[in-house]
Amino acid sequence: MSLQYEGLVHRLGDEINTDVILPGRYLALRRPEELGRHCLEGLDPGFAGRVRPGDILAVGRNFGCGSSREHAVIALKAAGIAAIVAHSAARIFFRNAINLGLPVILCPEAAAALREGALARVSLPGSLTAPLVVQDGREWQGAPLGSEVEAILAAGGLVPRVRQTLAA
Amino acid sequence: MTPGTITQKILAAHAEEGAARPGEIITVRPDVVLLNDVSGPLSFEQFEAMGVAGPFDPDRIVLVADHFAPAPNVTAAGAIAMTRDFARRHGISHYYDPGRGGIEHALLAELGLIGHGGIVFGADSHTCTAGAFNGLGIGFGSTDLAAAMATGRLWMRVPDSIRVELIGAPGSFVTGKDVILELIRRIGSDGAAEASLEFGGSGLAALSMDERMAVANMAVEAGADMCVFEGDAHSAADMERRGMAPAPAVMPDSGAAYRDRIVIDLASLSPMVAKPPSPAAGVPVGALRGQRVDQVYVGNCANGTMTDLRQVAEMLRGRRVADGVRMVVVPATQAIWRQAMAEGLLEVIAAAGAAVSTPTCGACFGGHMGILAAGETAIATTNRNYRGRMGHPDSQVFLANAWVAAAAAVRGEIVPPEEIAALMPEPIA
Ligand code: SF4
Repeated sequence: MSLQYEGLVHRLGDEINTDVILPGRYLALRRPEELGRHCLEGLDPGFAGRVRPGDILAVGRNFGCGSSREHAVIALKAAGIAAIVAHSAARIFFRNAINLGLPVILCPEAAAALREGALARVSLPGSLTAPLVVQDGREWQGAPLGSEVEAILAAGGLVPRVRQTLAA
Repeated sequence: MTPGTITQKILAAHAEEGAARPGEIITVRPDVVLLNDVSGPLSFEQFEAMGVAGPFDPDRIVLVADHFAPAPNVTAAGAIAMTRDFARRHGISHYYDPGRGGIEHALLAELGLIGHGGIVFGADSHTCTAGAFNGLGIGFGSTDLAAAMATGRLWMRVPDSIRVELIGAPGSFVTGKDVILELIRRIGSDGAAEASLEFGGSGLAALSMDERMAVANMAVEAGADMCVFEGDAHSAADMERRGMAPAPAVMPDSGAAYRDRIVIDLASLSPMVAKPPSPAAGVPVGALRGQRVDQVYVGNCANGTMTDLRQVAEMLRGRRVADGVRMVVVPATQAIWRQAMAEGLLEVIAAAGAAVSTPTCGACFGGHMGILAAGETAIATTNRNYRGRMGHPDSQVFLANAWVAAAAAVRGEIVPPEEIAALMPEPIA
């Protein structure tokens, strides 16, 4: 596996919960384009309109805490977010993101340092090596993802991963 | 064998690898898999895409229409119809519509599907409520649970364990809700990240099963992966009452290793209120005296129990909900609703000027049945007071136990419940 993402950085703070990422009243929706329109509406109604496909989110502590709603990940992806660099992320959100092929890199230093609106690159070399975050010539190493997470991302998400393992 | 915590022992008993030491990646086979009308529809689409003929065991899948049920609009009705249809197509008998079920976590316990040593995987973060019953409830998202339905297992990291030692006995108007609000206040909203909270100690006996549910329910608001209570005579009697076969309680080995030990003296607690927008922002109720409320909401998966309804009725008996305040009371399940009716509680609550709803998640997650307008304030027995949780982003929610919520309904503002209880009720006309 070797995956690369390059995009402009959007910064958010600590404790961004899934209720503000995708408010409860939209939970009966399922289509990505509908959910993407409401992405982060609970915090910043202008957010979805500012994101361009491939952009990178830099976030603080406990990102995605709260509800297990996978709608939050679908909304972020549909709005255009391609990778998340976090100080830390809530367990269920982290799994949901990986399962839908949205990488979450745990790296407090990069999460704190990434500049809003500037280009950054995230590389996942795979093979249990540390993910890399790069911006303005500076480099940070994130926590290794582990073999199961790498396998899911390499397959393109948990659905293709399960298909693979069942066929094996 | 290395001495184990309750969590490690229950996980090990369900793991393909046999052992379960903190930090290890293991594959776990759950006893029950639980989905609702919000997480289910996304999961069913992923399940179909996985290309299996059917679920691993239809009898161990439970589908509950609770979040949007009864449906408030056509989109929600469609999501519920998908859930019902999935159950029918795959021969899943545990499907529950309004009038027969209730809110999933309360219903699961009521159905006798979780007890000593069991594991439930739920596509809902409050699946941790099962910890009250000396079992493990582990929350996941929809795609993970599609894989669990397809294969009967999921990988996970074994959490550390944090021991919470309960001592003493709680005073008047102090409940399980206050125990967990105090714990979250102390350790913060990610204080139990990558850990399981394990509750035990000499104070345990003072907490009824309903109160243990209220505690376990909010483990996720402390960032915990899961939580579990020691089993005892209460939990064994509860299993018997629900028609479950007896099973030994899983207890921690002496010498088991904990990341942390926290002592909570129940006698030292007062009723707590968590201020918006964080469940960790708890303060003693007296500190918020005079805070106006527009709406009072008693309900949710862990605080719409008989215990809560009895407290509300006791506080409202012979009193009135204050002018300008609306109160919505939501029994957690149909069985609780009927029991409350049989005990005359619903009559007392309705006579006081409160609306009694059929069981539903409703306004707890800002879905329907009591959404807040811009600028409005609610006090609720629910578990989250994040920005916009119950409606408009500029509304706010205070979290508290049922005594405190009902007292606020009578006064129209937050007030220590003993002050309302001390007033002579007016005789019911
Ligand atoms: S009652 Fe509220 S917290 Fe409980 S399952 Fe329903 S929405 Fe979630």
